[in-house]
Amino acid sequence: MNVILIFIQKAIAQGISILFGAVGEIITEKSGNLNLGIPGLMYMGGIAGLMGAFLYEKGVENPSPFKGLIISFICAFICAVLGAFLYSVLTVTLRANQNVVGLALTIFGVGFGNFFGGSISKIAGGVGQISVAVTASAYQTKIPLLSKIPIIGQTLFSYGFLTYLGIILAILTTFFLNKTQIGLNLRSVGEDPAAADAAGIDVAKYKYLSTMLGGGIAGLGGLYFVMEYLGGTWTNNGFGDRGWLAIALVIFAVWNSYNAIRGSILFGALYILYLYMEGLSRGSQELFKMLPYVVTIIVLIITSMRNKRESQPPKSLGQAYFREER
Amino acid sequence: MVENYAVEVKNVSKRFGKVIANDNVNLKVKKGEILSILGENGSGKTTLMNMLSGIYSPDEGEILINGKKVIIRSPKDAFALKIGMIHQHFKLIDIFTATENIILGRPNNRMLNLAKVKNELQELIKKYGFELDLDKKIYDMSVSEKQTVEIIKVLYRGANILILDEPTAVLTPQETEKLFTILRNMKKAGKSIIIITHKLQEVLDLSDRIAVLRKGKYIGTIKTSEANISYLTEMMVGKKINLDIKRAEVKDSKTRLEVNNLTCINNDGRKVVDNVSFTAKGGEILGIAGISGSGMKELLEAIAGLQKIESGKIKYFDEQGNSKDISQIDISFVPEDRLGMGLVADMGITDNIMLRNYSKGRSIFLDRSSPKKIAKKIVDQLKVVTPGIETPIRRLSGGNIQKILVGREILQNPRVLMVAYPVRGLDINSSYTIYNLLNEQKKKGVIVICVIEDLDVLLALSDRVMVLNNGKITGIEDAKTISKEKIGIMMTKNVEGGSYEYKNKWEKKKELYIS
Amino acid sequence: MNIRINGKRKKNYIYLKKRDQISMKKSIGIRIIAIIMALIFCALIIIPITHLNPLQIYLEIINGAIGNKRRIWVTIKDILILFIISVGLVPAYKMKFWNIGAEGQILMGGVATAAAMIYYGDYFPNWLLLVIIFIVSSIAGMIWGVIPAIFKAYFNTNETLFTLMMNYIAIQIVAFCVIFWEKPKGSNTVGIINSATKQGWFPPIFNLTYGMNIILVLIITILVFIYLKYTKHGYEIAVVGSSINTAKYININVKKVIIRTMALSGAICGLAGSIIVSGASHTISTATAGGRGFTAIIVAWMSKFHPVAMIFVSGLLIFMEKGSIQIASLYGLNENASDIITGIIIFFLIGCEFFINYEIKLKKD
Repeated sequence: MNVILIFIQKAIAQGISILFGAVGEIITEKSGNLNLGIPGLMYMGGIAGLMGAFLYEKGVENPSPFKGLIISFICAFICAVLGAFLYSVLTVTLRANQNVVGLALTIFGVGFGNFFGGSISKIAGGVGQISVAVTASAYQTKIPLLSKIPIIGQTLFSYGFLTYLGIILAILTTFFLNKTQIGLNLRSVGEDPAAADAAGIDVAKYKYLSTMLGGGIAGLGGLYFVMEYLGGTWTNNGFGDRGWLAIALVIFAVWNSYNAIRGSILFGALYILYLYMEGLSRGSQELFKMLPYVVTIIVLIITSMRNKRESQPPKSLGQAYFREER
Repeated sequence: MVENYAVEVKNVSKRFGKVIANDNVNLKVKKGEILSILGENGSGKTTLMNMLSGIYSPDEGEILINGKKVIIRSPKDAFALKIGMIHQHFKLIDIFTATENIILGRPNNRMLNLAKVKNELQELIKKYGFELDLDKKIYDMSVSEKQTVEIIKVLYRGANILILDEPTAVLTPQETEKLFTILRNMKKAGKSIIIITHKLQEVLDLSDRIAVLRKGKYIGTIKTSEANISYLTEMMVGKKINLDIKRAEVKDSKTRLEVNNLTCINNDGRKVVDNVSFTAKGGEILGIAGISGSGMKELLEAIAGLQKIESGKIKYFDEQGNSKDISQIDISFVPEDRLGMGLVADMGITDNIMLRNYSKGRSIFLDRSSPKKIAKKIVDQLKVVTPGIETPIRRLSGGNIQKILVGREILQNPRVLMVAYPVRGLDINSSYTIYNLLNEQKKKGVIVICVIEDLDVLLALSDRVMVLNNGKITGIEDAKTISKEKIGIMMTKNVEGGSYEYKNKWEKKKELYIS
Repeated sequence: MNIRINGKRKKNYIYLKKRDQISMKKSIGIRIIAIIMALIFCALIIIPITHLNPLQIYLEIINGAIGNKRRIWVTIKDILILFIISVGLVPAYKMKFWNIGAEGQILMGGVATAAAMIYYGDYFPNWLLLVIIFIVSSIAGMIWGVIPAIFKAYFNTNETLFTLMMNYIAIQIVAFCVIFWEKPKGSNTVGIINSATKQGWFPPIFNLTYGMNIILVLIITILVFIYLKYTKHGYEIAVVGSSINTAKYININVKKVIIRTMALSGAICGLAGSIIVSGASHTISTATAGGRGFTAIIVAWMSKFHPVAMIFVSGLLIFMEKGSIQIASLYGLNENASDIITGIIIFFLIGCEFFINYEIKLKKD
């Protein structure tokens, strides 16, 4: 019983950063932008949040956890938004190929994260391993009282606020896309930008804003990993391939962020399943880690075979739009 | 007192690269009138209207709406000025419902409130006499339903100036009549309507005044009451044209091609060709008429071996009268979509000529020398205007592209030559070049099958005319005796068919298309 | 009385026009300007971190990349590897098949190479072992390329996402093999394979350690470009890449072409894996491909699949990578600095494509 509880807890903990990335990518892809830079943006969000908190804690006598939280949150979000802004400038205004820009952004973003993660102490004057314990403690604060309830409290209420924010964002995103005028407009941009344009929708503006918002949300996934999961430290490439898993999750959730909640927990579970399988050698543990990707490929194949209109990627995904083309 | 116009276009010009699409065009539209803009394909009608709806912006000149000078930089600006355009290619989102498409892009709304919107739309539908299921997805709709969605969309957005680009091109006569009734209702409600078309009779039936464009230039505007077909034609094409296509006699009167009970099912499981049987003689031009989507494309593709045949047989009889399977016969096919199917836009003439024969021979390497000779021959004989034979053909004009395509197909020495919409978008001279080429093939004893949308041309060129309607044949007639009107009726009368058939869910495979 | 003049403010605005054509000179000029701007921009970032003066930075970069004989050869070796991966991608991209799975195809080729070196090292002479290595590594890469191609051909399954996922399956397979072969036990690395016998290593040619790499890359490149330009297969790839409908119209078996081309593309990437393992690192790890499968996409795309341009772009990126690693190590900074520099250069190069394709014009109302 206890093992199962811990397994669920760990699966959720693994899943949340992927969920942030997937929600961000869904919002982005709904505008027709396939942002393969999401893994890079998540690194950028993570390191920016860490650096913000680090500089704050280093600069103040008695750092307050709350202020640290606000500062790191804003830093992470803005840094990832800036990265997504760069992507938008290149793909929307300068009409560069989305895949190429996305991959370049990932190379850049991962390098950015690892460079500053590995060099920040040196740049700041050599303080050794960076740790922002005070700020991280704010991120790791569980819900008071409720988390004390046995079993239910442990499984449902024993996480930091970013976990709940992630789930709420996922639900809100589905609501926003399906029930609001802006959501409808956004979906139309991703399906058929020429039609959206003819309906008076500013295609470029929608692409910019959704990509930047999506990028910012994805950046919070990096922040979550650094603060709540790692407890305020950095290990190079520690975030690993979770960014790509986020893109996989978008497919798995068939572009519906509500589905992504369940999917993220499943992915998290698959990601750590090997730890809970008895009698696995170290080698076969590695084989177990490929499960989320295998599952995603299967979903990808099944959706393409069923060929249902509603579960396809946005129709203009990956294509630039230029009105005066003729 | 100056008369108050809803729209005034003054000295507007628009260029695309070296092509002048609109050259110093002037236009005035009154309030509460229907104005037709008449012109051949490529005369700049659509470009002009796209500038009113904010898709393009003019290079020179000015536009006045209700007497005020305006700059329309985007469709949003156009909406604000209460201008709404119904494009020829509908700008609708396939996976959305009618209602969702109609409210797309409307300002000042946070929530969708679909129930409230639907009530408002029902009123609009009643007021003008539309018929529409608001919850239907666009991908399930017929062309006419989609058009209805487009019109309601601009009305719902409060448009007072409606622009319709070739609205009747895809409609049956009944649907056209319904549309005209609705347009007249709108005119009564005080709306200004601009309708782009090249169908003269409709222009005379519907509009108050007619403006004519020719090759990007504004020719003039006349009142419909003072116009007649021959006068309008003259304005449109410059000089009075006599549709004088010489019809050669059928030499070889033996039946060569026999199609028996042919049925084809498309990817959606619809019967697009439904139990079609006919024969064709050598040296005969068989014309095919039908409104778009009646199965002409699929029929030609089935004969060419490009469409999967569900049931039925296609046979060819050689000189000795032996029956052969169609796949053993040299067939040439000029498809409707020239750059998307018949040719490769990014390749030069040589490489495009090579498309047909590149695989001949055992060598793994390409032979470019003989296609190059053929390319030069086509350029010389058909007077193709091009900077060089290696210039990517996307830079050439439509007429030159079609000459390359038809030239290549004829040089295959086919037994059967099929052409779909061979003169669409071509100027008159190029069109006649194509007619002559078809007639030459006919004289050689080739079976020529052609689909042409202009019934005058079809009747003048063909020996017999076959009419397709909803995938079925509704008549095969002698082109010398049948009247245009009768063909029109056969094209459009209600025929049951086109039923959906799913044999097996997994059989409905997705085809690869690059948009 | 104040008369308010209802004058229209003259507004200038810019608009874009697609160029019909651009002269070679101009397009190269625009790219050179972009590279210079990227270099200046990189310097602007490095200065505040290292407090070096700009001239020193550039000298240090040059020193890091080609400062001594060994460095020159390491740089050449890495350029060759990035270049050959790009060459491998060209057939797929000419067909407009978005293969972003080169990373996985390289790894599979690398793992097959390592397996051959480990298991056959003692049984075959080196030349035969190398032949076996080339065969198994291309087959491994081919399999990894063909799987997504089959699903693309038959179900139109999105190849970008499929090939992306295949990379991570390959990584886990490599991770498994590394533990399976690890030496010493528990180290989680394979170590240098056959370090004593040098079995399965590329032998030096003309006294050059990387002579065989150069020859191999040269041969593959020439063959690939002959294949694309002068053979019927190459022509079919061009037609399928331009228009699937045209390909069907002239009876090209599109499914066959997709699968065949991806088999070739995957095989070359697999072979690149063998060049990395047999010809350079002599070991295998999950970092064997090291993101080069992704960088190569950018190299191929930005060069418009032109081989000379591809050599130049891979050269520039590797040169800057080596140079920035040098600066980072001098200052005790993290060597991932090179990824930032690579990213910046790529961003500038991608951005400048726009000015090659479009003209910006000023317009007055």
